[in-house]
Amino acid sequence: MISTKKNKIIDKLFQILGIISTFFGLLLLAVFIGFILYQGLGRLNFDFITALPSRIPERAGIYTALAGSLWILALSIIFSVPLGIAAAIYLEEYIPEGKFSKFLEINISNLAGVPSIIYGLLGLQIFSMFPGLNGSLLAGAFTLSLLILPIIIVAAREAIRAVPSSIKDAAYALGATKWQTIRHQTLPAAFGGIMTGIILALSRAVGEAAPLIVVGAMAYVPFVPKSPIDQYSVLPIQIFNWISRPQHGFVINAAAGIIVLLVITFSMNALAVYLRNKNQKKFS
Amino acid sequence: MTEILSKKKKKKKKNKTSVEKSVKSNFIISTESLNAYYSETQALFDINIQIPKLAVTAFIGPSGCGKSTLLRVFNRMNDYIDGFKTEGKVLVDDTDIYAKNIDTETLRKNVGMVFQKPNPFPKSIYENVAFGLKIQGINDKSFIEHRIEESLKQVALWGEVKDKMKKNAYGLSGGQQQRLCIARTLAVEPSVVLMDEPTSALDPISTGRIEELLFELRNNYSIVIVTHNMQQAARISDKTAFFWLGKIVEYNDTKKIFTNPKNKQTENYISGHFG
Ligand SMILES: Nc1ncnc2c1ncn2[C@@H]1O[C@H](COP(=O)(O)OP(=O)(O)OP(=O)(O)O)[C@@H](O)[C@H]1O
Ligand SMILES: [Mg+2]
Repeated sequence: MISTKKNKIIDKLFQILGIISTFFGLLLLAVFIGFILYQGLGRLNFDFITALPSRIPERAGIYTALAGSLWILALSIIFSVPLGIAAAIYLEEYIPEGKFSKFLEINISNLAGVPSIIYGLLGLQIFSMFPGLNGSLLAGAFTLSLLILPIIIVAAREAIRAVPSSIKDAAYALGATKWQTIRHQTLPAAFGGIMTGIILALSRAVGEAAPLIVVGAMAYVPFVPKSPIDQYSVLPIQIFNWISRPQHGFVINAAAGIIVLLVITFSMNALAVYLRNKNQKKFS
Repeated sequence: MTEILSKKKKKKKKNKTSVEKSVKSNFIISTESLNAYYSETQALFDINIQIPKLAVTAFIGPSGCGKSTLLRVFNRMNDYIDGFKTEGKVLVDDTDIYAKNIDTETLRKNVGMVFQKPNPFPKSIYENVAFGLKIQGINDKSFIEHRIEESLKQVALWGEVKDKMKKNAYGLSGGQQQRLCIARTLAVEPSVVLMDEPTSALDPISTGRIEELLFELRNNYSIVIVTHNMQQAARISDKTAFFWLGKIVEYNDTKKIFTNPKNKQTENYISGHFG
C-alpha cells in the first residue's frame, strides 16, 4: 500500500517536473522576444528597412544587409536545391541497398551535424584558390550551400521514401520507365515534403554569421551588391556588428534588426509547417 | 511493273503468315516449365498454363500459394523484388518475355495490371487516365481526351466524374477509385488485363459493378483475375486454375472445376473445407 502511494507521488512529481521543463524553454523564448520587441519595436519603420548603413545610429538601416541576405539565399537555392534533390533521388531510387549505401547514408547524416564554422573553414580553403572571389557573394553562398546540402538531402530522401510504393507500382504497370515514374509521380508526390526540408534548411542558412565571416563577408557595406562577385554583408553580421558598438543607439538598431530576422525565419518555419501539414493529408 | 507486283505479293504473303500465326494460337499467355524463386525460396513449381484470348481466367487457391507471384510474372512486376528469378519460358503473344532483348515498358503497355487496393495517383482524375498515354509521348490533346472519355465510359464512371475531371482522384469513393484504376489501365489499350483481387477492398455494390464490367471487358480483353471469392470465380470466369503450394493442381473450364472437380484438394477448397 505504502509503495503504491509512494509511486503515485513520484509520478506526480515527474509530471510537474515535465511541465516545468517544457515551460522553461517557452518562458525563456517569451522573455527574450518580449525584451527584443521592447527595445527594438520603436526603431522599426520603413526607413530602417530602406536606409543604408551609417555612422549615426538614428540614420543607419539594414537595406544592404537585407539585400545581401536575399542574394545569399537566392544563390544558395540555385546551388543546393538541384544538387540536394538529385542526390536524394540517386540515394533513394538508384543505388542498390547494401554496405555502400549505408556508408553514404551515415556520412551524410554526420555532415548534417558538423558545426557551421567548419564549413566556413572549408569554404576558405577552397576560395583561397580564387583570390578574386574572396569575400564575394559567390563564396558565401557556396559555403552555405555546403552547410545546408546535407540537410536538404536527408529531408528530400525522407520525403521520397514516404511516397507509397503502390503509386510507383501503378506507374510501372502502365509502362512508365524509372525516370518517368520519378519525374511524374514520385517527385510531385514528395514535393511538399521536399519543400518543407528546403525551407527549414534555408531558414537555418539565413541566420548564419560565423561561416560567412570566415569566408570574408563584411560588416560594413555601403552599397547593394549588383552581381554574385560583389562584396556583401548579411543581417546576422550587421546585427552582430551593431551589438559590438559602444553607442546605445546601435544596440537598439540591433534589436530592430533581430526583429526583422526573426520575422523572416519564423515565417519560413510557418510556411514549412503549413506545407508539412498539407502534405500529411495527401496520402490518407 | 513486275517488281512492284512481286513486292505486293510478298507483302500479302507476310500478312497471311501473321494471320495464320494468330489463328494458330488461341492463347495470349502460355508458360513452359516455369519455376520462380524469391532468393532461395521457390514460390512456383513447374507451371504450364495457357491463358485463352478474350476470356476471363480466374486464379484461386489458399493464401501464399503463388497466385500473385504468377500474375506478376506475366508483366514482370517482380523485377523490382531483389533476388526474384525465374526459370523456364513465359510467352505473351508468342514472344518470350524473359528473353534478353525484351523491353519491359512495351510489355507492360500490352499487359496491364489492376491492384488489390485502389491506387490512383494523387492527381486529378484527368491526369490519372492521361498518364499512361502521355508517357508514350502522345500529346495530341483531343486524342487524349477522347481516350479518357472512352475508358471512363467503359468502366461506367464517366457519368459520375465528367463534371469533375480536374478534381483530385482521392476524393472518389473506394469503388470509384478502383474503376478509375481500371479505366487508367484500359486507356493505353492493352490486350491483357491482370487483376489481383480487385474487389477485395470494396463493398458488395462496388464489387457487383466491377463484376458486371468484367462481362463487358471480356469481349475486348484477355483477363486474368485472382480472387478469394469462390462465387465470384464461378460467376465471372471462363476458366479457373486452382493453386496449391506453388503448383497448379487443376486447370479447366470454370463450369467443370465447380461442378465436377477431378482433384480432391480442389473439391475441398471450393466447398470451403480448407484455405
Ligand atoms: N516479396 C517477396 N519476398 C519473398 N517472398 C515472397 C514475396 N512475395 C511473396 N513471397 C512468398 O511467395 C509465396 C507466394 O506468395 P504470393 O503472394 O504469390 O501468394 P498468393 O497466392 O498471392 O497469396 P494471397 O492469396 O495471400 O495473396 C508465399 O510463400 C510468400 O511468402
Ligand atoms: Mg496475392
